[in-house]
Formats: sequence, structure tokens, C-alpha cells
Amino acid sequence: MGESLKAAIDWLFQPTIYFLGSAALLAAVLYFRKIFSRPIWMVLFFSLGSVFLVWALGDPDFKKIMTKPDNVPIVILLASVIFLSWLALRQAVLNDERTKRGEPTLEAELGRKKVFTWPDLVYTEFICIILFTALLVIWSIEVAAPIEEPAASARTPNPSKAPWYFLGLQELLVYFDPWIAGVVLPGLMIVGLCAIPYLDTNPKGNGYYTFNERPFAVSFFWVGFILFWVSFVILGTFLRGPNWSFFGPFEYWDLHKLEPLVNVDLATYFWVDLLGTPRPDNPLVREAPGLLALLGYFLVLPPLLGKTLLRKLFAQMGFMRFNIFMHFLLWFGLIPMKMLARWIFNLKYIVGIPEWFFNV
Amino acid sequence: MQKLLQAVRNTQLWRSVFRHGYPDTPRNRTLAVLSNTFLHLHPVKVRRSGIRLSYTWCMGGLTFFLFLVETITGLLLMFYYRPTAEYAYQDIFGMREHVPLGIMRELHRWAAHMMVITVWLHMYRVFLTGSYKPPREFNWNVGVILLVLTLLLSFTGYLLPWDQLAVWAITVGSNMARATPFLGHEGPGASLLSFGGLNFVHAGDDARFGLLAGRFVGEGALLRFYVLHCVGLPLAAATLMAIHFWRVRKDGGISGPL
Ligand code: HEM
Repeated sequence: MGESLKAAIDWLFQPTIYFLGSAALLAAVLYFRKIFSRPIWMVLFFSLGSVFLVWALGDPDFKKIMTKPDNVPIVILLASVIFLSWLALRQAVLNDERTKRGEPTLEAELGRKKVFTWPDLVYTEFICIILFTALLVIWSIEVAAPIEEPAASARTPNPSKAPWYFLGLQELLVYFDPWIAGVVLPGLMIVGLCAIPYLDTNPKGNGYYTFNERPFAVSFFWVGFILFWVSFVILGTFLRGPNWSFFGPFEYWDLHKLEPLVNVDLATYFWVDLLGTPRPDNPLVREAPGLLALLGYFLVLPPLLGKTLLRKLFAQMGFMRFNIFMHFLLWFGLIPMKMLARWIFNLKYIVGIPEWFFNV
Repeated sequence: MQKLLQAVRNTQLWRSVFRHGYPDTPRNRTLAVLSNTFLHLHPVKVRRSGIRLSYTWCMGGLTFFLFLVETITGLLLMFYYRPTAEYAYQDIFGMREHVPLGIMRELHRWAAHMMVITVWLHMYRVFLTGSYKPPREFNWNVGVILLVLTLLLSFTGYLLPWDQLAVWAITVGSNMARATPFLGHEGPGASLLSFGGLNFVHAGDDARFGLLAGRFVGEGALLRFYVLHCVGLPLAAATLMAIHFWRVRKDGGISGPL
């Protein structure tokens, strides 16, 4: 019973099922938000979660990965992201109901009243500080900070992992070359975050929780933050072992686990499998299918969508905003598309020109 | 007892420090906030909606608190740590045993991890309440830079213990810079920047070299990261925080329905 449950959990957590399952769950939570914003879900999550932890920590492999000192914060991250997302969703649902009934939002109702900073705000801050100080002191006494063997540039540990907050980016290295996963995507993320206030022209939902008044914006941030950032950090920390191979939470980190690499370039699919000719020598000719696909994706798709499906959005945002927004969105969309293409077709590169380090 | 307290409060010494009576009247409560250097970061009165824990999650405040914890514990750590390949590891290694109040390193490390988490959650909250919308667009941008600085602070600090964990995590992280388009020697376009067979961008002068002061994570990188971690980045972060808090006030306090 115990062993087969562990095997089932290991199976559930392999990257494809883990990712698609989380995506489906996220969509379900947002769609059935009325049901999921009930407090009972948090009671269930925290009680079942604790029972699971107590049971699972009996397993040596699970215990080894969960109780590594640097992994403790990630458990805290997971719990607080789930709880606070629920809290935000609940307030959004309650506010949306109030709005539907023609009442002001909770924030608007309370906002009419002003209170003194001393004592109302000061004591909240004071209590937060005391609690956090206590937490930090107890944590520091209980868990010693890690110190491993002295640095030796000749001995590479396996796995070599970046600090935990960058593991989402390291996970992207499975699907992209470093220049995209480590430079272009993080760069676009920072610029994209900065651009948010200038791209979101919806005046509603300023200063209170809501879902109905800005469904796209809220869903987008949930997907970006929870699915592509936090869940990737968790995947990279707990489920990636030696050689960045996947290991289930109850699996032993076997140094010799090999995952066959059978990935194929788009160019090979096109020239060899489709046309039955050898791959051309000139890289530009060889990669023409991939290059054309990318050009179409980035240059043809935005105006096309602006004229058809997203006409209303285009009219609302104007030419500049719409195009900038679409380019951020398309870069972001490249991530799940490449992941799916890898899982379904074993696609290695859409465009692969290793001669110039230009692989997409 | 009452009388004694009264007497203490009437001394010139007490009255030179606190220029108001016990803050239980509107006048004294106002003065308590206005005459205190730190409290006057706050307005005298705030909207009831903005200070609920369920609204702000207190995440911005906690991030700032953790930054202060990092400053104090970091200062203490600097007394015991020498940023050279020869001493760095052993200075850290003996810390817990040999130094009075030996949990400073733990406090510093765990508070740093928590700060990364709280800053993410703070951003998440600000987004979900739509608080980046006008007039707070600029402050959101200040926030994004603070987010990057927080991550860089954590990243530079990660190297300082100079153990296997530290050196290889920084190696993996900084390897990315090698692939920077045009600026990294393994980045797309770098090979175009050559003149008569001479490459301008190579392992000895590319973006990664600039970051690490060498071709690999060595003593140059240690010193560079130490200076950034202890001086450069904290100064930048503190300055931006001052701007951030000032703008929270100037933009009309914690956001709420208009
Ligand atoms: C070192 C990092 C940071 C510190 C210490 C900090 C601190 C604070 C504090 C104390 C507040 C007051 C309200 C609250 O506690 O929620 C605040 C508000 C705000 N923060 Fe930050 N913050 C940081 C990073 C960020 C980031 C990463 C963002 C966004 C990308 C951001 C955007 C904002 C905005 C827009 C407000 C105004 C929100 C409102 O009025 O409701 N901050 N910040």
C-alpha cells in the first residue's frame, strides 16, 4: 500500500504530468473560484498537507531532499503562495458579489474611515515584527546554515544547481539554450514587469481585490507567477537530481540514471523525413523552415490577430501598446510551445545554427 | 507609582526626547508620529482599508524589516569574515562554534531567503490589488528594480562561504553570461564582432569575465562579489527604498478604491 502510493506519487510528479496537471488545476481553481474560495479548502490543504508530510518524512529519500537546510524556505514558499492566492481569490470573489449586488467593495466601505497610525497601524507592524523575529531566531537555533567542503574547482558536484530562486530559469535550460533561458527570457521578464502599468489600460480594479473586472490580467499573473515561476522553482529544487534528470519525490538519486536523448531538429524533420533529401549545407537554407516559422510567429501573427480575433483589444490599446504587448506575450508563449513540442515530437531546435551559437 | 512616572515624565531629560504626552489623545497621537524620525515614514492618519493584514499581507513592511535584519547581522558578520580564498572558508566554518551569539550566520542566511520570498509575495499582492495602476506606475518600476537588487544581493552573498555549494552555484548562475548575445563569447552574434580574424569577444573579455573578474569563479570574483554584497548593492537598495517609501506617501498612501 505505502510503496504503491509512493510509486503513484513519483509517477504523478514527472515533468509532463506535473506541469499539465498544475495548469489544469490552476484553470479549474480560477473558473470555479466560487467553490474554491471557501475556507474548507484551506483547512483541507493544511491538514492533509501536514498528514502527508509526517507520513512522507518516514521515507529516507523524501526526507533527504526535503530537510536540506536550504530547502526549508521553499516549503514555506509553497505554503504561503497557496494560502495567499486563496486569500486573494476569496476577497476577489466576495468583492465581485458585492459589486453585483450594487454595494461598494469591502475596501471602499472601510476606506471611508480614517484611523490614527498610532496605535492602529503601529501595533500591527509591531506584532508582525515580533512574530517574524521569533520565527527567525528559533529557525536559526534549530537549523544550522549549510557549509560543505571547501571550494575545489576541479571537482564538479552532480547535480550543480544555481541558488534556489534561479532554479526556474535553470529548468528552462532543458528546453532552451543559455542565451534564451539565461539572458533573453530573464531580461524580457524584467522589462515586461516594468511595462505592465503602461500596457494595462483597464482603469478598473485599482486598489481592491477583484477577478471579474480584470479577468485576463489576474489570470495572466497567476499563470506567470504560480505556474511558470514558483512551480518551476519547486520542480528544480525537489525533482531534479544528478545530470538534471528527473527524480520523483520518493526516488533515490541514482548518479547513473540515464535518460535517452533522442531529440531531433526541425530541419531534420523537414529535409530528411518530409522531403527525403539530406540536410543542405548552407545553414540559412537548412534552417529556412524554422526561420520562416519564427518570422511568421513574431511578425505576421500580431497584425493578423489585431485584425481578427483581438480586434477589440487592438482598438482599446492602440497600435504601439498592442504590438509591444503582443511581443511580450509571444515570447512568453514560446516557453509552453517549446515544452509541448519537446514532449510530443522530441523537437530539439526550431532553428539550430550551432555555427553561430544561434539555437532557438 | 503613578507619581513616580509622572515625575520621570516631567524631567528635562525625558521631555527633551519625547515632545508629547502619552499617545492616547488625537493631539498626542499625531505628535507621536510626526515627531518621530522613523514613524513619520507614515502619515498621521491612514485609511482603515489599507492597513488590514488581509489587504497588504504586510509583505512590503516585512521585506523592509528583513532588510534591516540583514544589515545588522551582516555588519556583525563582517567583523569575522575575510574575503580571500585563503581565509573565507575557515572564517565561515568556525562561525557557529567560535563566535559569541553564534547564530548570526544562520539569522543572516534564513532572513535572506525569507526576504526573497516576501519580496515576491509583495509584488504578487501589489499586482492582484491593481496597485500599479495610475498614479503608482512609477513606484511599481522602482519596485521592479528593488526586486532585481534583492536577487542580486542574495546571489552575491551566496558565494561568500567559499565552499563547494557556493562556488558551483555561482558558476552555474554566471555561466549564463557567457551566452549573452554579442557580449558573451558563446553568445549568438559574438563571432560577428571580429576584425581580420581577430575576435573582439572572447573568454578573456566577455560579459562573464567582467562579472567574475576572471575566466572562472576565483579570488577576483570573491572580492568583487564581496564589495558588491556589502557596499554597492545595499547602498543602491537603501536609496531606492527611500524613493519607494516616499512615493508610497506622495501617490496617496496605500492604494484603495478611488
Ligand atoms: C526591497 C524590496 C521592497 C520593499 C522593502 C518594499 C516596501 C514597500 C512597502 C513597505 C510598501 C507599503 C505597502 C505594503 O507594505 O504593501 C510598498 C508599497 C508598494 N510597493 Fe514595494 N517594496 C519592495 C519591492 C517592491 C516590488 C518588487 C514591487 C513591484 C514590482 C513593489 C511595488 C510597490 C507598489 C506599487 C507599492 C504601492 C502599493 C499600494 O499603494 O498599495 N515594491 N512597498
